[in-house]
Amino acid sequence: MEGSRPVSDMMSEAATETHGDTVQMNMIQAINSALDVMMGRDPAVVVMGEDVGYFGGVFRATAGLQQKYGKNRVFDTPITECGIIGVAVGMGAYGLRPVPEIQFADYIYPALDQLVSEAARLRYRSAGEFISPMTVRSPFGGGIFGGQTHSQSPEGIFTHVSGVKTVIPSTPYDAKGLLIAAIEDNDPVIFFEPKRIYNGPFDGHYDTPARSWAGHAHAQVPTGHYRIPLGEARVARAGEALTVLCYGTMVHVVENSVAEMGVDAEILDLRTLVPLDIEAIERSVRKTGRCMIVHEATRTSGFGAELSALVQERCFYHLEAPIERVTGFDTPYPHSLEWAYFPGPVRIREAINKILKD
Amino acid sequence: MTDPHVSAGLQGESGRNLPPLRLHVPEPPARPGESADFTHFDIPAADAAPRPDETAQPATMRDMAYGLVRVLDEDGAAVGQWNPNLPPETLLRMLRAMALTRAFDARMFRAQRQGKTSFYMKSTGEEAVSIGAALALHRDDMCFPSYRQQGILIARDWPIIDMMNQIYSNKGDRLKGRQLPIMYSAREAGFFSISGNLTTQYPQAVGWAMASAARGDTRIAATWCGEGSTAEGDFHSACTFASVYRAPVIMNIVNNQWAISSFSGFAGAEATTFAARAVGYGIAGLRVDGNDVLAVYAATRWAADRARANAGPTLIEHFTYRVEGHSTSDDPTAYRSAEESSLWPLGDPIARLKQHCIGLGIWDEDRHAAMDKELAETVRDAAREAEKNGILGHGLHHPMESMFEDVFEEMPWHLKEQQQQMLDEWKAAGL
Repeated sequence: MEGSRPVSDMMSEAATETHGDTVQMNMIQAINSALDVMMGRDPAVVVMGEDVGYFGGVFRATAGLQQKYGKNRVFDTPITECGIIGVAVGMGAYGLRPVPEIQFADYIYPALDQLVSEAARLRYRSAGEFISPMTVRSPFGGGIFGGQTHSQSPEGIFTHVSGVKTVIPSTPYDAKGLLIAAIEDNDPVIFFEPKRIYNGPFDGHYDTPARSWAGHAHAQVPTGHYRIPLGEARVARAGEALTVLCYGTMVHVVENSVAEMGVDAEILDLRTLVPLDIEAIERSVRKTGRCMIVHEATRTSGFGAELSALVQERCFYHLEAPIERVTGFDTPYPHSLEWAYFPGPVRIREAINKILKD
Repeated sequence: MTDPHVSAGLQGESGRNLPPLRLHVPEPPARPGESADFTHFDIPAADAAPRPDETAQPATMRDMAYGLVRVLDEDGAAVGQWNPNLPPETLLRMLRAMALTRAFDARMFRAQRQGKTSFYMKSTGEEAVSIGAALALHRDDMCFPSYRQQGILIARDWPIIDMMNQIYSNKGDRLKGRQLPIMYSAREAGFFSISGNLTTQYPQAVGWAMASAARGDTRIAATWCGEGSTAEGDFHSACTFASVYRAPVIMNIVNNQWAISSFSGFAGAEATTFAARAVGYGIAGLRVDGNDVLAVYAATRWAADRARANAGPTLIEHFTYRVEGHSTSDDPTAYRSAEESSLWPLGDPIARLKQHCIGLGIWDEDRHAAMDKELAETVRDAAREAEKNGILGHGLHHPMESMFEDVFEEMPWHLKEQQQQMLDEWKAAGL
């Protein structure tokens, strides 16, 4: 299995796809561009959700789409998450390709029954008679003083559900390519957008001025169609000293921490949690012999636990130190104590020192 | 009483001169051993209900939600504005489909008792709700049923042997033994995959109808739930969406008085009708004699015409009675009066249509008895054929590795690994 498929990176993707002009975009613009491209290519693609239509979304991700494609394809919905996803299941059964938005991942719970019991199971229970080719977009993650209900990272709830794919981009380039791949995919996809990095990468130093995506290599985004295959990780930084498994905002926080420490870490941006790029993980950990897992979500039964178990099962004889997890604490997301909660540079530094000490 | 929060709440404030508050917990009219009594049901005459225009504004037809659309009177004559004036062949087709549904139910219930399958649910007494609606819809209108509308498949001439294969989870089961018996899926028959989760199909039907409208199609959607499941949040979200987008959908509530052991009062029936839910959403609401197949047909046609005219959705309450237990796992004598079904004032839907057909001179007792005999044989023969494909637990099922298929369109590595692991484990065990 090892070595049968190269780990994808941005350059190899770019080399294999034709996508016309490239312009600088932030992550919101890249997501908007992905929706625009897919609505232009496929009349079955419809966009729906709270405030997504006339107003263009509370984060502007759907700006201009209703004007361009009409109210039959981009429309505002009542405030009912179970209704939004339930209606999207019905539209998918009809033959449309819905892209519903849940305004914050913290508000996806009313839709859990429709997602878990219906969208995820429909192909299986009908033996393929009916499918649910929807992509649920939802801003997620903390670092914005969002408090308890604008900061959560519920990806572990969905990775535990058989029948849905879970995707989390970390750059504008990936956001567009992954979202196009998710919309084209015939399985339901949960597409979590790290809202902390909508407008620029975040290195974890909350007390320094915010940066924009300007000048970032992965903010040069093709204006046309391209896709990044689901299920392939990206080597964000090649290295030998240890492997760091992360995704979303944490990719940037880890990149910066590693640079500050001068540690030759290999950083894998997982991009898709289900299906997971297990080959990339195995290849890296067998090379480095050490593994750290970083996510914002709470620790117990979080996706990091699954990653840790997989690494332990598959790389046991290559491990030179216990696997470390740097995660959110097992508390609701606090408001005033956000930077004590967030798995930032201080905690990442401690964990790396501990792993390298053994 | 060591928790200060609890004790403060339980003690309340003393010394105030107010009557104590009382919690109302509904009780059904009769429990086991008690006499059933339906005299409190107000049953209007068969010709009493007016028939509004199909494009009527919901606000002008509020009374419909509190009345009862009926066609067949006590003598079996079709009367009033809602009489659909169906030709004899349609009436006899209805009669046959209802009788076949009942014969099918009887056979499959017995199959469960014989251990040939794990589970079954009858629709006895409610056959008109499915058959009347199915025959009033176009065949390519999509139905989003709950688990007690097997009559739709039968009315649409879906092979009963295919339904039996599903119930037996055998090698002929198109759903590959993955679903609990009766959770059919038949896309070709416009019959959406049944889910065990109640009322989830309601917003799905609305979404299907919205998609049809958005694409300029002419097909409509229909969905069914029981009165008990109207309490689910999905019911509310579906009605809101249907109203907001004027979706071409028919939302049926089968009020059979019982949700397992809970009588309809636990879904709100003491305070109002279920059709009256429509009033608050600005949806057209009809309340129909669910044991009168002509009334069900007429109401469904009205709602279908309304939807096709872009005049919006309709909510229909079918007033009926669940004659049998909730399922093969249920014993209704544990919670309700045994007399109820025989005293049910709206009678039996098959007997009422039979009386009507005999009154028209197109049917008689001998032909009815012959039909029942023939249908019993048809169902028996189909069951014997289906059993050749296997019955539950007798090994004639789909290959074990098929368990891992269709979770996703393409099987990801982790499912392939688990599939191989399972096969290796069974091989190692010598099985």
